[in-house]
Amino acid sequence: MADWVEACGVDDVEEEDVIRFDHGGRTFAIYRSPDDEYFATDGYCTHEKAHLADGLVMDDIIECPKHNGRFNYKTGVARGAPVCVNLATYPVKVEAGKVMIQIG
Amino acid sequence: MLRLAGRKSEVDVMEKKRDYSLVGESTRIAIETGLASAEWYHTDVPRKAMKELMQRSDGPAIRDTIIWIVAILGSAAGIAWFWGTWWVVPFLLVYGVLYGSSSDSRWHECGHGTAFRTRWMNDAVYQIASFMLMRNPVTWRWSHARHHTDTIIVGRDAEIAVMRPPDLLRAALAFTGVLDFRYSLPTLVRNAFGSISPDEKSFIPEMELHKVVTAARWHVAIYVAAIGLALYLWSFLPLVLIGLPRLYGSWHMVLTGLLQHIGLADNVTDHRLNTRTVYMNPISRFIYWNMNYHVEHHMFPMVPYHALPRLHELIKHDLPEPNPSMWHAYREVWPVLLKQLQYEDYFLKRELPPTARPYRDEFHALTVPAAAE
Repeated sequence: MADWVEACGVDDVEEEDVIRFDHGGRTFAIYRSPDDEYFATDGYCTHEKAHLADGLVMDDIIECPKHNGRFNYKTGVARGAPVCVNLATYPVKVEAGKVMIQIG
Repeated sequence: MLRLAGRKSEVDVMEKKRDYSLVGESTRIAIETGLASAEWYHTDVPRKAMKELMQRSDGPAIRDTIIWIVAILGSAAGIAWFWGTWWVVPFLLVYGVLYGSSSDSRWHECGHGTAFRTRWMNDAVYQIASFMLMRNPVTWRWSHARHHTDTIIVGRDAEIAVMRPPDLLRAALAFTGVLDFRYSLPTLVRNAFGSISPDEKSFIPEMELHKVVTAARWHVAIYVAAIGLALYLWSFLPLVLIGLPRLYGSWHMVLTGLLQHIGLADNVTDHRLNTRTVYMNPISRFIYWNMNYHVEHHMFPMVPYHALPRLHELIKHDLPEPNPSMWHAYREVWPVLLKQLQYEDYFLKRELPPTARPYRDEFHALTVPAAAE
């Protein structure tokens, strides 16, 4: 059974932005969409080891800071070169002002 | 983003200290020592400021692209109108630079996806500019990703313009476009026939290789059509407008592009050591789309060209003093190149201002025995 882990407070991440969350030796990216929903993906780009949390969120896209590779952070789908491999996503819920993610 | 006339042959490089092939001894060393895909130095910029700088907008690029297209079509019309008279010369100069040089910066910015906010606009200009440059749009997207991962790492970077020891004749000929033309056209034809070189395979994922061939076939088909039209009209005019500007108009791309990294360190992980920012006149900056702020671009490739001057103001305290002009930069580089002819490890180590964080020598111990400061 996967565990729910507290990643951050709801106000720790601005609208249409992303922050980094490290847990258990892994790194994740926590997103807040323009319509105020929260999402979580692996923290590193699948192309090369770059923290997506340093990238740019535009609508439902996260753009990697290193090579501008793009993913849909809601589905993890890679949106063209130089990224070809999809990003792992994780279930998210908000409880008592905290953003929780389910890590397998 | 500038590469001169392909790579040296394996026979060439075996006799040299640096092996610039992408599947050779330098590649092995770069991977084993951690120089490949390394973590690079970045100036600290608050997230809020960086987020603001990274913001995309269609406005500036649409404005610049309209000016660009109007100027291209206008100068092309001038060439056609004055064809056969000396009045054609100024139109050739303008058209050549717009076609053969400014396409490089459009290719570059749209390849990064930063010029426009709207994706299809980036993709459309990227494809057009790739064609103008005789660059395979797939190959070069991947080679440029590698250039940003491993900037001037020997054996890894596919876009090192001037290798060491420098071939000054080759660098001088680059201004004519002849060498690049001689490399680009056969490469397109080779790709069109389905042949991908080992170097290309080293940075293009297997799942993308078929796209290399398809893109090359489209380019070759357009060139064949242009040649057919020239024969039909029995006139050089179609070729002067399509293809040949890569020869007579690429001098400005080389003039600005050579300065990006020439004479500076290789095999380091700090863009302040291997990349140069040069102040330029407004016309060159329009042609070059602000890529004269090249340290800034390499440190933060997410920042669009129109925001680079603002980024420069924000982080210049941590960077070497920019060269005040292209002339100044070339005067600085020339003696370094001459010394590299004798001693290829020699490079220019640019001084940091007192406000900057110092170079991390422990990260750069692999380079370096002799630096000019």
